Amino acid sequence: MSNEQQPPRASPRASPRPSWFPKDGKFNVEIIQKGFNSYGHTKFLGMDYVDSGDDWLELCLDWREDLVADEQSGVMASAAIISLLDNATSLAIFKKMEMFKPQATMDMRVDYLRASPKGARVFGRGECYKLTSKIAFMRGIAHNGDRDDPIAHVTGTFIQTSLSQFMAAGEK
Amino acid sequence: MSMLNDYKSPHDYKLPPYARALGMNIEGAEDGVPIITMPFSDTVIGRPGFLHGGAMAGLLEIAAMASLYIALDKRGQKYSVKQVNVTVDFMRGGANHMSYAIGKVNRLGRRLANVEAEIWQEDRKRIICAAQMHYMVKLED
Repeated sequence: MSNEQQPPRASPRASPRPSWFPKDGKFNVEIIQKGFNSYGHTKFLGMDYVDSGDDWLELCLDWREDLVADEQSGVMASAAIISLLDNATSLAIFKKMEMFKPQATMDMRVDYLRASPKGARVFGRGECYKLTSKIAFMRGIAHNGDRDDPIAHVTGTFIQTSLSQFMAAGEK
Repeated sequence: MSMLNDYKSPHDYKLPPYARALGMNIEGAEDGVPIITMPFSDTVIGRPGFLHGGAMAGLLEIAAMASLYIALDKRGQKYSVKQVNVTVDFMRGGANHMSYAIGKVNRLGRRLANVEAEIWQEDRKRIICAAQMHYMVKLED
């Protein structure tokens, strides 16, 4: 493989916090709608906000040629669905807490029930079903518009960290 | 997905569009299995200064598939592959360095493959993220 199509290099100095991260830490769906997809991997994938409730939040992602992992069938990379579910579940936790608290994904298990067809939009719905002082337990599904016909199921945990740990690169 | 590619070298493995879009490449091999690299870039950032968990999962997926394809290719028959599930453990934040990943086929049967993959950055022994996957493999007619 040659070095073709290398993505642009990251800015040498990362900003101290995401631009959409509110100063008072209060969670606000409008902030999510405006800015969560404005940078990084989420921007690259082109996720959009769909809907939310007390402890759940749904995002979507459109099929794209450059997200394909299997050129024969045109099926999207399963990891793109992981990214979608990672974001949806993470934001669902903020939604349940009604505030932004630094957290990191500890683990995720995804069961792929069926392939998402070529060209189809993928929805990722995340739910935080239990919150302790340090750990958030989450679950969710990915679907193509019908929640009763899911593409994938996810379960996993997030751990809360301090803002300094959250932002400190090269954590040991 | 089916393949019969006759991998004479791990470098014959062709990365799919998703992998190329994330800047992945093949650089070297361990035991005939390609090492997949992914540079730190705006495309793969999650929280500022760190890799997105989904991008790490993507690197693991590509590394796992590469190791599985090469193992299947050795059988000299055409197979289709379908992923059943994945468990990803995030152990350390992915910092602003080159990431490396490799897959390992733990068991390859007639119908099922159990594959794992791991990511490291500057230190080969310091794993930052690992995953275990199950795939259905089917002999094509």
